[in-house]
Amino acid sequence: MTSPHTSEMIALKDVRFSYADRSILKGVNLTIKKGEIVAIMGGSGGGKTTLLGLISGRLKPQSGSVIVDGLDVPKLNKSNLYGLRRKIGMLFQFGALFTDLSVFDNIAFPYREQTNLPEDIIRSLVLLKLEAVGLRGAKDLKPAELSGGMARRVALARAVALDPAVMLYDEPFTGLDPISVGIIGRLIKRLNRALGMTSVIVTHDLNETLRLVDRVVVLSDGKIHRDMAPEQIRTTDDPFIRQFADGLPDGPVPFHYPGPDYLSEILGR
Amino acid sequence: MISQLAEFFQDLGHFVTSRIDRLGLAARFAGLLLLALGVSIRRASLIVREVYFSGVRSLSIVAVSGLFVGMVLAVQGYEVLQRYGSAESLGVIVALSLVRELGPVVTALLFAGRASSAVTAEIGLMRATEQLAAMDMMAVDPLSRVVAPRFLAAIVSMPLLAAIFSTAGVIGAWIIGVQLIGIDDGAFWSQMQANVDVRIDVLNGLLKSIVFGTAVGLISVFEGYFAAPTAEGIASATTRTVVISSLSVLLLDLVLTVMMFRGLS
Repeated sequence: MTSPHTSEMIALKDVRFSYADRSILKGVNLTIKKGEIVAIMGGSGGGKTTLLGLISGRLKPQSGSVIVDGLDVPKLNKSNLYGLRRKIGMLFQFGALFTDLSVFDNIAFPYREQTNLPEDIIRSLVLLKLEAVGLRGAKDLKPAELSGGMARRVALARAVALDPAVMLYDEPFTGLDPISVGIIGRLIKRLNRALGMTSVIVTHDLNETLRLVDRVVVLSDGKIHRDMAPEQIRTTDDPFIRQFADGLPDGPVPFHYPGPDYLSEILGR
Repeated sequence: MISQLAEFFQDLGHFVTSRIDRLGLAARFAGLLLLALGVSIRRASLIVREVYFSGVRSLSIVAVSGLFVGMVLAVQGYEVLQRYGSAESLGVIVALSLVRELGPVVTALLFAGRASSAVTAEIGLMRATEQLAAMDMMAVDPLSRVVAPRFLAAIVSMPLLAAIFSTAGVIGAWIIGVQLIGIDDGAFWSQMQANVDVRIDVLNGLLKSIVFGTAVGLISVFEGYFAAPTAEGIASATTRTVVISSLSVLLLDLVLTVMMFRGLS
């Protein structure tokens, strides 16, 4: 079951993926070692979230292979895929909490569905996880009563409930205030160290991410543009990364969506 | 001219193929749902919860509607029957109309508006907010955890609600016919007892309800599951559930009625 190179947790080889006629990934090669925290960065619509979909088996590549924990993900049948997913946690962009369940029941959900633990042990486990994200006092609230940052922390507690070997984060900082960003960032790092997880973070929040990760992979035009250490990102003169790091509106990533010539369109010619 | 004609046929072709496409999608979905039922049936508590939301919460509207429909049937029925001097048959007429037709059909229409639309909106929103994706990522199949219990709840609730509708209708007719108009109480009930057959009338009506429950349940979960993840997408999916459910119920009723009651007498 385990890969010959036990240090490799995730390996993508020449992965190509397209939606209908729009090519998203054009041959991606990426290896992530056990215990690493890797950030995937790149422009919007650049295939970052698609990459997470491929790793978790929610999407199938047109060609290439996706190996996670020694298993060829696109070739797995449903029960084997679900077996693998028990070892993968995912934090969704907006948390994706079950709105009809309380905070407590949201975190109890994976235990109740995936284990045969008695209810009093589940209670202890849920309270442990809630304590870790600082929200034990909010256990009886409904998701609608939580702030964005609190909801994201509850979702994080739920995602790591079964102590996954791999954690996938889809834009974990989007739409949060700076304090919540800091809290989530610290939690990601702490959980990673405590549980020895391999983490993949899709984000465009550069500042928080660089403090957090071992490696940054920059996606551009469906390929891996750069794969470097966080310190290098700060100093590189690569125009694409500079535009990204300095928040410049125009550059290798154009400000304008492709369209007909401005003058001729506005003058109706 | 030619290009307009070509465009017309293109649109027509697109319309037809997209409908067939959707029908295929629905058939495939129904197949997957059938596979998911096995897992779902073993978790009765989930189904019971949905029967409460869909069925029990629809009790009042179904019972009140049944009462009024029965009362109206009594007024109209009496008016015609007394011309032929057979006003005592009012109980039979009302009971047969309710048990064979109005009970299953009106209940299904009410259910589509009251419960199925809510199921569509709920599943559609769960999809839009990635709750179904999150479940799938936790290795819990949304089809057996979310969709199948709601589908089964419709099948369980529908015949029970139809029975309550018909019962309330008979009581309504009794109030109008016996209490207000003054038809003989004994004749009202004994004629009904003599002329309503358990197998032909009650069982066939029950069968109709089960078929309607299956259709309405399937339509509501299908539309919700494939709703576009936008406000507009969920709104139109909810509307489609009510419209398609209502039309399917009426069409199925025609087919079932012909199969069950043609050439009986």
